[in-house]
Amino acid sequence: MYDFSQLTQAIHLFLVQHLNSSSVAIVELVLVGLLFLTMYAILGLTLVYMERKVCAFIQNRLGPNRVGPLGLLQTVADLIKLLFKELLMVKKADKFLFNLAPFIVVIASMMTIGALPFAKGFQAIDLNIGLFYIISITSLGVLGILLAGWSSNSKYSLLGALRSGAQIISYELSVSLSLLSIIMFTGSMQLSVIVESQANGWWIFKGHIPVFISFLIFLIASTAETNRGPFDIAEAESELTAGFHTEYSGIKFAFFFLAEYMNMFLSAALAATVFLGGWMPFHVSGFEGLNQVMDFIPPIVWFFGKTFTLIYVIMLFKWTFPRLRVDQLLTLEWKYLLPINLVNTIVIAFVVVMGWYF
Amino acid sequence: MNGLLNYLKEIGAGIKTLLTGMRVTSGYFFSPKEIVTQKYPENRDTLKMFDRFKGELEMPHTAENTHTCTGCGICENVCPNGSIQILTHKKENEEGKLVKQLHTHIYHLSMCTFCGLCVKNCPSDAIVFNQSFEHAVFDRQKLTKVLNKPGSILKKEAKGL
Repeated sequence: MYDFSQLTQAIHLFLVQHLNSSSVAIVELVLVGLLFLTMYAILGLTLVYMERKVCAFIQNRLGPNRVGPLGLLQTVADLIKLLFKELLMVKKADKFLFNLAPFIVVIASMMTIGALPFAKGFQAIDLNIGLFYIISITSLGVLGILLAGWSSNSKYSLLGALRSGAQIISYELSVSLSLLSIIMFTGSMQLSVIVESQANGWWIFKGHIPVFISFLIFLIASTAETNRGPFDIAEAESELTAGFHTEYSGIKFAFFFLAEYMNMFLSAALAATVFLGGWMPFHVSGFEGLNQVMDFIPPIVWFFGKTFTLIYVIMLFKWTFPRLRVDQLLTLEWKYLLPINLVNTIVIAFVVVMGWYF
Repeated sequence: MNGLLNYLKEIGAGIKTLLTGMRVTSGYFFSPKEIVTQKYPENRDTLKMFDRFKGELEMPHTAENTHTCTGCGICENVCPNGSIQILTHKKENEEGKLVKQLHTHIYHLSMCTFCGLCVKNCPSDAIVFNQSFEHAVFDRQKLTKVLNKPGSILKKEAKGL
């Protein structure tokens, strides 16, 4: 009913009529780039606002409520402030790497949103190895963090960056293994195929217990991957001032900040796409009336509804749980998540072979 | 085998405590009535401070312009940062005796840390803290206050107590 490919097709045909083929490609690339950059910025601002409000409500406060109605313009004001701030430079820093690092972090998080299916036909590029692409690009972000820590020539930054490296290398395993469960169920890494396969029920219901376990593991491991919440040993305000971005100021700091929030959005969106059906409405096979009512809600609402619910859960993690020490963090991964995940993978292989799912 | 059971039990107990914590914080999130933030300038007319709030020092006077301060100077002595000065003078009372009486009770709000030792130590309960909290003024002279009203006298106590 709601198909974005009709709209994109109409724009494509309009451009083909008026321009030659090479300029059509350029115009379309520019349009897609502008759309996604705008979405990136707006999502970043929304997430910062949401984090402050959620944190405030959990702590029985009101949160930002002075700038604009309900404080909605607070993050915009913060952004303008950060834009006007001086870009400080460490005297003995490696200048090239120091300036390069925030861009690597931001680009790594920006490249992934192109592969996410936001709605039917609303996807910049539908790779046949979509999941693999997303996993590999998100782990590029740690390169930026390591570069930032190394080039700042500061002990806080270096310690933060090395911690972040240890953390991301460990938790990358759990993230990929838990996504592997759904790849085994669908037999495809293409995100649009994964979403289509959930038309008769989301994987978290169809795959029952083993998928639920891998969903939980994915949620925990991806929270750790974004350097957030109880796993923020890389930033560690209490011991490392600000970790890897101690020496950054102004808009370069804002890039790190934005990338952290966008990574959180990405992990929530990925969890929603893979386990909760992405833009696919809530369908139960056999109940045609219910399915048609659910189809009436646009897929973009479904997608963002699921994503923001998961983002709320990730924020709840941050404002509920105490921080983990480095050794506790690695214990959690290597002694708990990874063994459970491996056993779970074998169980899923068995379930898939025997056909014990809906 | 026993080790594996313990391992699983540990995980179960861990998840249970985590869920308990999340239930508490979610409870706060979904109960907007419990928000304690005051929207100050907007609710200025309705905002009421609680009884034990230490605003600024005040000497209660009766309708006949009397107070209970004997001018003993204990509050001046206990004040850790010297924000109280008691000036006394000798004056005749009704019986014609020359008695030491309070002349001015000077209170420097700018120096006060609101510790409350003066109120606690006053033997005749002559001074109290009121609930006012908007202390900002444009002239710091205004922060030095005289607590006893002009012409006020010591309240006569009922004899025989």
